[in-house]
Amino acid sequence: MRRLAWLVLLLFPLLAMARVEIHQFDDPAKEARYKRLIEELRCLVCQNQNLADSNAELAQDMRRITYEMVARGESDEKVIAFMVERYGEFVLYRPPFQTSTAMLWIGPFIILGVAVLLLLLFIRRRAKEKAQSLTAEDHLRARQLLDDQQT
Amino acid sequence: MKARFLVPLGVFLVLVVLLGVGLTLDPRDVPSVLIDKKASEFSLRDLFDPDKTVDSASMKGKVWLVNVWGTWCPECWREHEFLLYLAKQERVPIVGIDWRDDDAEAKKFLQEKGNPFIAVGVDPQSDAVMDLGVYGAPETFLIDKQGVIRKKHKGAMTLQVWRDEFKPLIEKLEKS
Repeated sequence: MRRLAWLVLLLFPLLAMARVEIHQFDDPAKEARYKRLIEELRCLVCQNQNLADSNAELAQDMRRITYEMVARGESDEKVIAFMVERYGEFVLYRPPFQTSTAMLWIGPFIILGVAVLLLLLFIRRRAKEKAQSLTAEDHLRARQLLDDQQT
Repeated sequence: MKARFLVPLGVFLVLVVLLGVGLTLDPRDVPSVLIDKKASEFSLRDLFDPDKTVDSASMKGKVWLVNVWGTWCPECWREHEFLLYLAKQERVPIVGIDWRDDDAEAKKFLQEKGNPFIAVGVDPQSDAVMDLGVYGAPETFLIDKQGVIRKKHKGAMTLQVWRDEFKPLIEKLEKS
């Protein structure tokens, strides 16, 4: 019984996440496109969220516009162009590859390349340092230590 | 060999510089793509007369300001006095866009505090607001005689912004 109560309690936060408005589509393909679009577009108010996740009022209106355009049968490109015209490329969660965003896309690979290079250099230098063989003195000391252990 | 121990210090210093620069940048500041582009026309219901509309087309040939505001926005309250000054002393035509607001609240606000706007259009669904690329209030746009957006200011309009950025530009645009 207690367990059930906990279960019910834990489900509550999920209810609070429920989306405010519901958009009806006559065509499941359009609904899929709408869903993909609002995942790809950024909410300008809470900038680390996309339109799908944001409850900001502006995001609601941007979802509405997206819905209306998709329902009218406009292409994805049209919807994206509409948003970019107004809010710039910042509105895209996945920025296009161009000179201003080049570092964004290839930066991580450059860092990875440098890291791999450094690792290789390190390994090669380690390999060159030969393991020194033990001297007779070392053997003697080792023997003594082991004997001490046994007694 | 000693220099090796300086490597972490060097990395640390570079990080400090990068993070320091990061602190001076405002990540919320999205550069507007609409500067020097033609402002899209709007036609909004008049706040004070539901039978009339407020149209951007009627401002053709004038240098004017669009101010996006709402009674829900605290910065707009702060800015209001300065807008009144602009309207009265500087005689700039300002068209207000009352964004996602309650009509009665907005009317009460303007009646009590004074109305700096030559007209106020209501935008309950962000239509005009989205066309202007607005994502927060208040925002103020400067539009020239040809209907081109020349300047945009995010946040409350202040005397300094007005003097440094808007006034010289307006004087230039008035002459052209």
